[in-house]
Amino acid sequence: MNHAKPLLSRVADSIYWMARYIERAENVARFIGVNLHLMLDLPSEEKQWQPIVDTTGDARVFLERYAKATQDSVIEFLARDPRNPNSVYSCIRAARENARSVREIISSEMWEQVNALYLQVRDSQGLAADALPSYFYEVRMACDQFQGVTDSTMTHNEAWHFIGLGRCLERADKTTRLLDVKYFILLPSLSDVGTPYDEVQWAAVLKSVSGFEMYRKRHGRISPPRLVEFLLFDNEFPRAVRYSIGRADRFLHAITGTPAGTFSCSTEQRLGMLKSNLDYGRVEDTVAAGLHEFLDGLQVKMNRIDECLLRDFFAQWAAAAGAVI
Amino acid sequence: MRFTSYDPGEFYDEMFEPGGSPRPHAQLLIDTVESLSDGQLLRYQRGADRLLLQMGITFNVYGDSAGAERIFPFDLVPRILASQEWQRIDKGLRQRIHALNEFIDDIYHDQHILRDGVIPAEVIRSAASFRPQCAGLNPPRKVWCHITGTDLVRDRDGQFYVLEDNLRVPSGVSYVLENREVLKRIFPKVFEGLAVRPVNEYPSRLLETLESIAPRYAETPRVVLLTPGIYNSAYFEHSFLAQQMGVQLVEGRDLTVTHEGVFMRTTKGLERVDVIYRRIDDDFLDPEAFRADSLLGVPGLMAAYKSGRVSLANAPGNGVADDKVVYAYVPDMIRYYEGEEPIIPNVPTYLCWRDADRQHVLANLEKLVVKSANESGGYGMLVGPYSTQEQREDFAAKIAANPRNFIAQPTLGLSRVPTIIDDHFEGRHVDLRPYVLYGKEIFVLPGGLTRVALRRGSLVVNSSQGGGSKDTWVLA
Repeated sequence: MNHAKPLLSRVADSIYWMARYIERAENVARFIGVNLHLMLDLPSEEKQWQPIVDTTGDARVFLERYAKATQDSVIEFLARDPRNPNSVYSCIRAARENARSVREIISSEMWEQVNALYLQVRDSQGLAADALPSYFYEVRMACDQFQGVTDSTMTHNEAWHFIGLGRCLERADKTTRLLDVKYFILLPSLSDVGTPYDEVQWAAVLKSVSGFEMYRKRHGRISPPRLVEFLLFDNEFPRAVRYSIGRADRFLHAITGTPAGTFSCSTEQRLGMLKSNLDYGRVEDTVAAGLHEFLDGLQVKMNRIDECLLRDFFAQWAAAAGAVI
Repeated sequence: MRFTSYDPGEFYDEMFEPGGSPRPHAQLLIDTVESLSDGQLLRYQRGADRLLLQMGITFNVYGDSAGAERIFPFDLVPRILASQEWQRIDKGLRQRIHALNEFIDDIYHDQHILRDGVIPAEVIRSAASFRPQCAGLNPPRKVWCHITGTDLVRDRDGQFYVLEDNLRVPSGVSYVLENREVLKRIFPKVFEGLAVRPVNEYPSRLLETLESIAPRYAETPRVVLLTPGIYNSAYFEHSFLAQQMGVQLVEGRDLTVTHEGVFMRTTKGLERVDVIYRRIDDDFLDPEAFRADSLLGVPGLMAAYKSGRVSLANAPGNGVADDKVVYAYVPDMIRYYEGEEPIIPNVPTYLCWRDADRQHVLANLEKLVVKSANESGGYGMLVGPYSTQEQREDFAAKIAANPRNFIAQPTLGLSRVPTIIDDHFEGRHVDLRPYVLYGKEIFVLPGGLTRVALRRGSLVVNSSQGGGSKDTWVLA
């Protein structure tokens, strides 16, 4: 008999978004940190800040409010702007707010970690430029610590599986966007690989997902097709899309109790189909058929999965209410 | 930091005798504090403040922008109660809660106490917190007040008095537990050599109490804690207690009522709920039974409760005894139901609907504390000695217009405890809120919340009005 306490739909929703926001904050902090570093290696005419705004998917909002993508404006927008819902600050605040509403579900250690992180970013207004790299590094480490504390202090129950699900789907989303933006900026130079800047730029893409060293161990020399393969189809690298989706699929099956390879709700069905696409995909075919179209398709499918999650788990109370009233 | 220049003043000091020598049970505590090197206590104090912020032990301030959180200031110097003194309080509280529970059950059934003329029937009829919807109800074990947080104060004479009973949804117990936790983490040495009675059994006792009132047979009845949500001023406490008891924290929208009972909405469908520890006032509990505009409550909850398919703690309707006019009759209730003299007296209370009392109150407004019968938290109050002519005139008019709604009490000289102010100790006024549980039996938590009025001379200890708190020690 299963003695596990049932999980409230509202709580599942909050805890899932808590995990997504932490993961999102970490990704944005890493993107900015890597870009700050990269800019030091590039001649001034090559310095670009617009692409990282494109990567986070907020270009339209950015252009409404800031005239030009400079280091200052992009950092302000992505790191601190409370009106940008995807800024590091807003994500951490939202993660904490969600954590606060499920404080009795998560461990005290998790709450204290996310609360301390919130106090840190709240007090970061007006940091000097030379303090920024270490600031973004600290935020990343604090987010990583949160994952570690989560895994080692919280029972690996249904709520924990929703945390894993949120984390993995957010990861897959961010890696997909990064690849989509960067690949096409760097693509024109594919034919003349060999300038030192290209090497630096491709390495920065890998560093943006903490994947540079792991890529080297796997494939050695940097080559764009291998890089695409690594970020999309690798089955061992934690930020690769295939790996993340595979993990998400396992978390979801742990939640429903349905055997792997089968499905009991549309979330499971769609996630399973997406997983197969990635399990059986080949980089050569994908590039030949159009990488952008493929990545775009991934985004659409992941958005669908989010809608299904809402219907199957989070908003279930609405359906239930309709049934009994 | 030393107590050499500390002035116990003209009030009852909890740590020092009138001459300035330590009370015997406080001697060891005073020695430990004085043995610290210069500045150490202040470093501990800053450490405690930081820890509270880090742990997110905060309350929300109404009227402030949404989500504004503050820590409830915590003073490191504990308030210490001798063993014998506590025994008397413990006995007095048991006696009082038992009588109050008898009274509530009587009021919603045969009303013997009114028929025997001990309390005028008019007092009950005119009490805003009397719920006709509860007449004839029989809550499990006939217990109506499962969780009580009685406010006690000590006057200049050293005697404790009951100021308020707080039967409805008393809060603050989480601070009792967290204050102890913080003090242990920051200043463990202070406990050395002393046998301070632990408070950490409270969550298990609370869970036992709640499980004991389950309406149906179940090996482990499902208990939930119903909160108004994260913007409520006591939200931290709601989530803390739910976490410590290992029960679900639910909001009204998580629950639904069917003809079978109350259910919560989970990722796997509807799950039956047996006992609800509700931290929502009667008024907002069920829009079908009480205020129709409540968005916090659960439609149909009262109907399910009345038919015995779910239990509620505290029982709706028990606030009738929180009415301050009804409060004045509690000593009579104790004599009537228990056949005993009250162990802890009430604060002498003038009832403005009595002509003689009202004339006395109106003639002495500058000396008295006037309270409206149904407010709490320090609202709707006139503290005569600290009031302006204009405020007194305002209250005089209100009293004349609605005498039933006002009572008055002498201004008490609340006892004081040394408190860290800047870099030295000053006496600050305190009260004491012990917590009492009532399920199968009555349990009194040894200790309670000591609230302290941090502003010099202030008698108002409420967190909403510049109050802080202290750890409360009951010696074994």
